[in-house]
Amino acid sequence: MEFLIITSIKLALILFVFMTTLAYLQWVERKVIAHVQVRMGPSRVGPHGLLQPLADVIKLITKEGVLPPHVNTFYYLAAPFLAVFMALISISIIPFGTGITIPAFHLGSAAYGPYKTMFELADANMGILLILAVSSMGVYGIALAGWSSNNKYALMGGLRSSAQMISYELPMSLAIAAPLLSAGSLNLRQISDLQAGFSLGVIPHWAIFQYPAPQIFSFIIFMIAAFAETNRIPFDLPEAENELVAGFHVEYSSMTFAAFFMAEYANMITVCSVATLLFLGGWQPLWPAAYGSDFVAPLILAGAALICFYHGMNPARPFDRITLPVFGVVFLGLAGLMAFPPTVPVLMPMFWFLAKVGFLLFVFIWIRATLPRFRYDQLMGFAWKFLFPVALANLLITGLLVALVS
Amino acid sequence: MDLFFFLLFAFIAVACAVSVVLQKHPISCALSLVGTMAALAVLYLLLGAEFIVMVQVIVYAGAIMVLFVFVIMLLNAGAEEGRGRSWVARIAGLPALAALAGLLGYFMLTLLPMTGPKGSFVKFGDFTGGGAKEIGTALFTEYLLPFEVTSILILIAILGAIVLARKELD
Repeated sequence: MEFLIITSIKLALILFVFMTTLAYLQWVERKVIAHVQVRMGPSRVGPHGLLQPLADVIKLITKEGVLPPHVNTFYYLAAPFLAVFMALISISIIPFGTGITIPAFHLGSAAYGPYKTMFELADANMGILLILAVSSMGVYGIALAGWSSNNKYALMGGLRSSAQMISYELPMSLAIAAPLLSAGSLNLRQISDLQAGFSLGVIPHWAIFQYPAPQIFSFIIFMIAAFAETNRIPFDLPEAENELVAGFHVEYSSMTFAAFFMAEYANMITVCSVATLLFLGGWQPLWPAAYGSDFVAPLILAGAALICFYHGMNPARPFDRITLPVFGVVFLGLAGLMAFPPTVPVLMPMFWFLAKVGFLLFVFIWIRATLPRFRYDQLMGFAWKFLFPVALANLLITGLLVALVS
Repeated sequence: MDLFFFLLFAFIAVACAVSVVLQKHPISCALSLVGTMAALAVLYLLLGAEFIVMVQVIVYAGAIMVLFVFVIMLLNAGAEEGRGRSWVARIAGLPALAALAGLLGYFMLTLLPMTGPKGSFVKFGDFTGGGAKEIGTALFTEYLLPFEVTSILILIAILGAIVLARKELD
């Protein structure tokens, strides 16, 4: 009973935070790309366009969902559901922090607790395999969407997507296997815990710096394959708009259209979390707490607050006089919370995890703003002729080094 | 609870398997087969074979069935047209099914030990050696020879595939 209640609370919290993140990731992406291209980005709805995701959601919900007469109705409607479903399953086993202990408390005469819970919905033994399994099932959503639309562009998009996802799953699995060799576990929490500590006092034991085989190549291969798995530029052939109009979702409108975007962003967050847990040490800080890594988050937030206050004093736009000080107060409050000793052991791991995932997501957006799209034969040739042999060689060398040392 | 899930997913597996045969459209058949694979994976999980579950989903439901669906989509196969049943199926179908079920039932009842020491029945939660480590240890110590022979078999199959594909290209 206790387990059920705690799990329901966690489920509600994770779902709420995750859905909000999905909506705001869109805003971040538009803003970052806009600034890369020297534009303003969304700036009309709310201060700095911050209410734009809300407006987008309302627009997508209230728009008419057109059901084209020539589609295979059952699969046409099942495909977006399948895509979102598969994308959301994998987030349930991502541990995004160490855990939290709620001390015993009294409510009236009844005593409760203490409760101890981890920051993930399911602590699966086969965590990393489960993510691979779910991502391999995720192809069906896109492939079926392309096929059931009964449209040549959509079909081409669906075919390209399934071919691309099958091809890039091989180097991805091989890149995942290499750090697992030295970790000796498939559990995401254990893998991350094994990367705790520092060699020579400063170099973290993350898989990319690991002794005896630094996993830097696996990390790069994993990230390249992750771009292809999530259908992002430079591998977004399934929705190449100058060849295929919009690819597999060309016949979709309203919420079914939004579902594919939700799935894409959810997959992006999942692969970034997996990369963080496997290669970047999960929630382990960049340098030891003895040298003050606990003060990074409060300092950054306090700095952001000061900048907000300064620009609030010298407003560039009339409403900046009100909005920026409000942001400043919020940042200052967060900084205080991050520096508050009882919350540090809970919030600090979470901060480091979110910081790494956020950085990787920024890399995704950055590359979208920078690189052009591959040609289709280049995409396939790259996967099979370059990435796959390199991943295989990397796995062999890692295995050899691990065997020699142990 | 275990029994409830077993019955639920056994029913789903059987229903999907029947649907594979009855569906007219190839895509529907292939997706029903995916449903069967997934339901079987849950049955493995109930028996404690964690690793097999993941391999079942990744290899069968993921890779192989995606290729099936891919080929069906590529050929753009339409719904099959019924041509009526052959006279053999019409006359001998039901009796043959009854005979098969009777034979299966007879062998199960006589050959399986119904009253015996503990362990002769499969019980949910009894088996715990289904992790990756246990399976790896078993494969590379006890069953090393069959494992290597299988890998040679797969190598031959890969070579055969390359040779066939090259002939097509010329």
